[in-house]
Amino acid sequence: MRSDIAGKISGRAASSAKYRMIMVCLVILLIGIFFLSLTVGRYSIPFFDSIAILLARVFPIEPAWTQTMEAVIFNLRLPRTIAAVLIGGGLALSGAAYQSMFKNPLVSPDLLGVSSGACIGASLAILYSMGPVIIQIWAFIGGIIAVSITVAVPRLMHNSSTLMLVLSGVIVGGLMSSIMGVIKYTADADTALAEMVYWAMGSLADVKMIDLYYIAPCILAAGFVLLLFRYRLNVLSLGEEEAKTLGVDVRNVRRIIIVCATLLTASAVCLAGTIGWVGLVIPHLGRMLVGPDNRKLLPAAVILGAVFMVMIDITARCLTSAELPLSIITGLIGAPFYFYLLIRQRASIT
Amino acid sequence: MKLEVRDLGFHYPKQERMIFSDVSFGIDKGEVISILGTNGAGKSTLLNCMANLYRPIRGEILIDGRNLRDMRSKEVAKYIGYVPQVHNPAYAYSVLDFVVMGRTPYIGMFQTPKEGDYSAAEEALRCIGITHLIDKPYTEISGGERQMVTIARVLAQQPDVILLDEPTAHLDYGNQIRMTRLVRKLADSGYAVILTTHMPDHVIMLQDKVGILDHDGRFTFGKAEDILSDSLLSNLYSVDLKLVYIDEAKRDTCVPFAY
Repeated sequence: MRSDIAGKISGRAASSAKYRMIMVCLVILLIGIFFLSLTVGRYSIPFFDSIAILLARVFPIEPAWTQTMEAVIFNLRLPRTIAAVLIGGGLALSGAAYQSMFKNPLVSPDLLGVSSGACIGASLAILYSMGPVIIQIWAFIGGIIAVSITVAVPRLMHNSSTLMLVLSGVIVGGLMSSIMGVIKYTADADTALAEMVYWAMGSLADVKMIDLYYIAPCILAAGFVLLLFRYRLNVLSLGEEEAKTLGVDVRNVRRIIIVCATLLTASAVCLAGTIGWVGLVIPHLGRMLVGPDNRKLLPAAVILGAVFMVMIDITARCLTSAELPLSIITGLIGAPFYFYLLIRQRASIT
Repeated sequence: MKLEVRDLGFHYPKQERMIFSDVSFGIDKGEVISILGTNGAGKSTLLNCMANLYRPIRGEILIDGRNLRDMRSKEVAKYIGYVPQVHNPAYAYSVLDFVVMGRTPYIGMFQTPKEGDYSAAEEALRCIGITHLIDKPYTEISGGERQMVTIARVLAQQPDVILLDEPTAHLDYGNQIRMTRLVRKLADSGYAVILTTHMPDHVIMLQDKVGILDHDGRFTFGKAEDILSDSLLSNLYSVDLKLVYIDEAKRDTCVPFAY
């Protein structure tokens, strides 16, 4: 009986119906763009052939396509498209989690220094020609160190304002880029330097299925844990002290969330270098679509991020004959888009 | 339920001077304790200790004989609800979503609020009489409304003790009086309420107990009518103050005497 009244006095039912509609549209969009990504490029493959080639692995379908088509899809396009989905979804999710946890809509994996920290860790591992697993571990360690410093600075200053955390991120970012400079300077100009610079700019061109076997489980596991904490993130976004008086074990929950969000960012960095803007812009776009409630925002941000990243990757390989680095395109699209978001939200950012 | 504060003392890390020491008092259901004190006397600090946000240096806080120090935040939150002074929202949650967060101590780590939690939140909004705000974004309501919504959240939390940090500080005069009435109503409906305030008049209107924290960190506690006096208030605020009986209101009021 109570729930009859409940439905009437609030618009909750209507808003969750709207959310379901938006999610259905986003999922359809993601599926569409996923297959589009398999078809376009220097070697174009008809849209329905690409679907059939995938389905042929599961169902007995008579092949009406060439061996080359199949090779292009399985060896090149499928791994990079899956990587784009994982990176986009992961970065958007980690950005949304950081923004809620720090009660600060202006932070992102790049602004907190996580990306550059992870980049340093991974570069060091590349410099010493380590294997993929070690590279990933070092990327994670670099990311964790960077975010720990960023979080420690406002604490030392006894200043928990939005601005202080952003400034601290700027400090750490500056420090990290200098360290990165030292690493590049000492790297062998003929081999390691070129590889490092190219990798750090971000590209999915060289992603192979084997890379995904190492990294996809990390991204999926960390993402899953963050999604489990989606309601706790709402409470944390009220601020540390309020969350504590509401019974949240703030210290430990924050630790878990920082570890997972950093793992997501570090994994993305391992796959394709530092890709900026996704973790900042996509959560904002998500909030415009489904509101700030993390129960809705996190799933929406994952899918939006994935769609965005696949689109960026398609653009990267179609725009020019030599592939453009991803971070250049995300910046070209992300920065003006963020400016537009700021104009729209100027009332709510103080 | 009974909350007991015994010989509480606190200073900030790296500071020698105690903000307050030897603070002792008890509160039962249905009672209101107002804490008076000058700016910087440590009223909010005392409240933060009771909210388990700060760890007292000396003494202890007991809920039904159990030490607050030994309880997890989740358990504490079922006994003690806290209404902070100002809330600067970062995200535009709807009022209902904001109030339902009061249910957090009853929701498992990985769970989300259930239908029953929403009913409790709606009941709390109804109790305060602000159901019309239910779908409004929390960022777009007035400061007074925000305070009411935060109180609704604390009701949804169903604690035994409600702590309010200067609940009247940012309110216009009418809302201050309404807030004072609401505090009395909350106590009458069975909550133990502790609030900090700068207004001796509000203490008198609440007709219950008062704790006075002076600059030296001493705490004087008792029934407002027994304790409040011209000399005590004048000393506390270092201005000449007088309690004058108003016939029409049937109570004392505190007026500045010479200025």
